Amino acid sequence: MRISRMAAVAASAALAVSMAACGDSGGDGTGSENPDVATPSFEAGTTMAELSEAGTMTVGTKFDQPGFGLQGLDGEPAGFDVEIAKLIAAELGIAADDIEYVEAPSAVREELLEQDRVDIVVATYTINPARKERIDFAGPYYVAGQHIMVRTDDDSITGPESFEAGDKKVCSAQGSTPAENIQEYLADAGEQLVLFDVYEKCVDALRGGQVDAVTTDNVILLGFIADNEGDFKLAGEKFTDEPYGIGVKKGDDAFRDFINDTLEKIYEDGSYAQAWESTAGEFDDNTPTGPAVDRY
Amino acid sequence: MRVLVDHFDVFVGGFWLTLQLCVLSATGALLIGTFVAILRISPVPPLRWLGGAYVTVLRNVPLTVVMFFSAFGLPALGSNADFLRIPGLSTVFSRLGIDLPYFRFAIIALSVYTGAFVCEAIRSGINAVPPGQAEAARAIGLTFTQNLRYVVLPQAWKAAIVPLGSVIIAMIKNSALAGFFGVVGDLSNSAQNLTSALGEPIIPVFVGISIGFLIMTVPLGLLLDRVEARRAVAR
Repeated sequence: MRISRMAAVAASAALAVSMAACGDSGGDGTGSENPDVATPSFEAGTTMAELSEAGTMTVGTKFDQPGFGLQGLDGEPAGFDVEIAKLIAAELGIAADDIEYVEAPSAVREELLEQDRVDIVVATYTINPARKERIDFAGPYYVAGQHIMVRTDDDSITGPESFEAGDKKVCSAQGSTPAENIQEYLADAGEQLVLFDVYEKCVDALRGGQVDAVTTDNVILLGFIADNEGDFKLAGEKFTDEPYGIGVKKGDDAFRDFINDTLEKIYEDGSYAQAWESTAGEFDDNTPTGPAVDRY
Repeated sequence: MRVLVDHFDVFVGGFWLTLQLCVLSATGALLIGTFVAILRISPVPPLRWLGGAYVTVLRNVPLTVVMFFSAFGLPALGSNADFLRIPGLSTVFSRLGIDLPYFRFAIIALSVYTGAFVCEAIRSGINAVPPGQAEAARAIGLTFTQNLRYVVLPQAWKAAIVPLGSVIIAMIKNSALAGFFGVVGDLSNSAQNLTSALGEPIIPVFVGISIGFLIMTVPLGLLLDRVEARRAVAR
């Protein structure tokens, strides 16, 4: 009995593995196709040569950011950041299947790079001077910004200026930069501002009508719009700039230049726009034209 | 400790809002608690069960959950707690009257939750009244209400002062939770704002917040001690 049960377990495990394999070959469910892999050659001793030689690379990304990096049921993240990583890997001669993804939550992104646990970080990573002290940024490859989300049937809010009159109420997360930014536009924070620990509660408050708007980075709002089909929309234009860069280890200038070159190349050949349309573009029609990279 | 000086207005504003929240919630809790206590000792069994059920449920559900139901359950039921926008009161406590209901939700949650503990404090006071008092009152023909009003409750209040004081002090400390359920500008929310968004050091900020709560609780404790000393039941 014991042997046959083990055999059954083994058989079902094998079945599961083969089914998982089938799932992989069937595509990653985002509608994107993996980029063609280049066969480049690099100067010996550079990071590019090392990675190209190894045929694999480790990418830090978000696992909880719809549209940019969201871990699916198959365990692989999918989104615009992931597509950008795949395009960079392809230029290094690394197939999309050979990329290993590591979750890179906001608090530990610098540590991941400093401790060599990832080769690059593509994780809605805003370039700022404090971070540049510890790591280097290629890019930016996308400029996000603070935006306002309202109920679909509400046309009365057209931007942050709509809050100056003092009759509109807005929700954001406690201690966040967007919560600070919006206060400049409020007539009276006590009467107009609600703060919660997580944005989901803001979404509930917006749905229930306790507030008229939710504000934070547009990529987070786009995720909520996608999750609550038809209930919410963006109002007006984004009113701050958050340039997203690709984090590399401090001082690896050759690698940073290579990624910048790659970004300029994919802007040109259309694979950048295609990456957007197959991911975040599903809920934001405004396909970005790649922002000018900052070769500092 | 520079943050205490630089952001003194934030601490003062937070203190005022938390104080308002506590005064209103304490009033609500005392009203609810007394009413439930009367239910619990009433001669009508279904009312007793109702009071017992209220205390059992509210005393055993975490305040976070009560807060959550108040802040997200009431709107789902279609109520913004507008019955608390009492005209005269909202001119004194301006947060009561504005369109954002989270201050009112916090009052409801704190009152309803603390009411269960107030009920038990009062009931302990009632139990401390010698049974002979109530029996004598009944013997001279007082009704249940008269009995409570003139004989039992006046004595029960005195015996209940100490446990009631502990309950209200616990409520003041519990009010820190309101800042996490949409009440902007109270002490706990101010602390969050100063440390996360403005990047102030954590320890001085929380020293300031602690001082704010001590200003509310320590004098209350001393006051209750004095009241107890002066009005204690003479036996």
